[in-house]
Amino acid sequence: MDELAARRSPIHRLHPAAKLLTTIAYILITLSFDKYDLSGIVPMVLWPVLMFQISGVEVRTCFYKLRIVLPLVMAVGLFNPFFDRDILFHIGSLGVSGGVVSMITLMLKGVFCLMASFLLMATTKIDSLCAALRKLHVPAILVSLLQLTYRYVGVMTEELAVMTEAYHLRAPGQKGIHISAWGSFLGQLLLRSMDRAQELYSSMLLRGYHDHFHYADIDRFSIKDALYMAGCILFFLVLRYADIAQLVGGLFVR
Amino acid sequence: MIEFQHVSFAYEKNKDVLHDMSFRIGKGESVGLIGANGAGKSTIMKLLLGLLEGEGKVLIDGTEVKKETLGEIRAKLGFVLQNSDNQMFMPTVYEDMIFGPLNYGLSREVVDKRVDEVLSRLHLEDLKHRYNHKISGGEKRMGAIATILAMEPAAILMDEPTSALDPYNRRIVINTIRELEQTKLIASHDLDMILDTCDRVILISGGRIAADGPAAEILSDRELLEANRMELPLSMNVHPYTSGA
Repeated sequence: MDELAARRSPIHRLHPAAKLLTTIAYILITLSFDKYDLSGIVPMVLWPVLMFQISGVEVRTCFYKLRIVLPLVMAVGLFNPFFDRDILFHIGSLGVSGGVVSMITLMLKGVFCLMASFLLMATTKIDSLCAALRKLHVPAILVSLLQLTYRYVGVMTEELAVMTEAYHLRAPGQKGIHISAWGSFLGQLLLRSMDRAQELYSSMLLRGYHDHFHYADIDRFSIKDALYMAGCILFFLVLRYADIAQLVGGLFVR
Repeated sequence: MIEFQHVSFAYEKNKDVLHDMSFRIGKGESVGLIGANGAGKSTIMKLLLGLLEGEGKVLIDGTEVKKETLGEIRAKLGFVLQNSDNQMFMPTVYEDMIFGPLNYGLSREVVDKRVDEVLSRLHLEDLKHRYNHKISGGEKRMGAIATILAMEPAAILMDEPTSALDPYNRRIVINTIRELEQTKLIASHDLDMILDTCDRVILISGGRIAADGPAAEILSDRELLEANRMELPLSMNVHPYTSGA
């Protein structure tokens, strides 16, 4: 993620606070759609698609990085078709129930929100993001917590990779980790990552760290940033209140 | 500069790791700390840095190491960890190098100048914007030393600075250590490196000082070393094939 965030593009160059606030606005507006408003929510994909194009971040990288979280998000609403069986409309002779529509809407909401969050992280360094949060008067302790968590996840992932490799070297031909080893595996992972995190924290303390980071120098919030933010939010509002899908459909169907 | 006065320490009750230990290291001295595994070398380092608290007094430049003085003490000491992965926690070498100096309140301009000076001194200019997870073990070790030098500490403590390095990188690290003007305390099992970089050696055994004196003298004493679960450094060993015996 750090490497993606270090790339150069018009989106990368924007003020982190502008990107952060725009992303929050996108998420809030996306979540505000009614659970049956499938045709309304679909055009919300336009913004992430546009951002992927301008920032040069590959869509496949997004889905690859989110491969663990995506199934969980997709699972939200999985049971809706069983509880909400009222038929909303027909496609040919096939009746589509409210449960199916709300399930797809919920899935799309989750996926779009994840894509927006990924785009924010892929175009903004964590230090810059934290600096922006401080500028927005988010308490220092919360921002430090965010930054330490971000680093801890990295440490945990490294330890997980080492342990998985060690496991597979002694369990050739086995796919994944056998369920009988899960308990001790997770316990060891936690202990090892905590030991390493403690060591890292000592290293930080020895270099003068005390409760807060010295955040990256970020440029002043410029007119360009304000225009980006205002333009994006206006775009979201248009997508929210003008039924784009119906307008486009109206061009082809009377 | 560094002083231990009757220091004792135990991780568990009645099991002293260090027992009534006293020594003094003068300004500019380069001292090797040697001993078998579990002898207490890392514990000494941690006591000096205030990461552990024992009985007795630990003094740095006349200031006692205690909770209230930790900020002052740690600004004077640089610690190179055995595992560089734990030292290089920021995304790039540059970001790691500025972390300490910024915490001590230096301005970005001063810090940037200092970073460039240190990198140029260690011939590591190419490393500046490299990602820590993409550099080799040797480069990471050199990067870790650079992060400490950027803080301009009065004394440098090193825990196994040459472990897991190939001969080429090991030689680079040794040459770098030799060029450092600061007071140095180096804990290691690499006795050849200690011989190359230190004038004085403190041999720890069973939580006590078994020997303290000139490096060449202690590191050539086969009986003393073997009695303390160590061997003569290879450079001190006359090999039967090369000696013509």
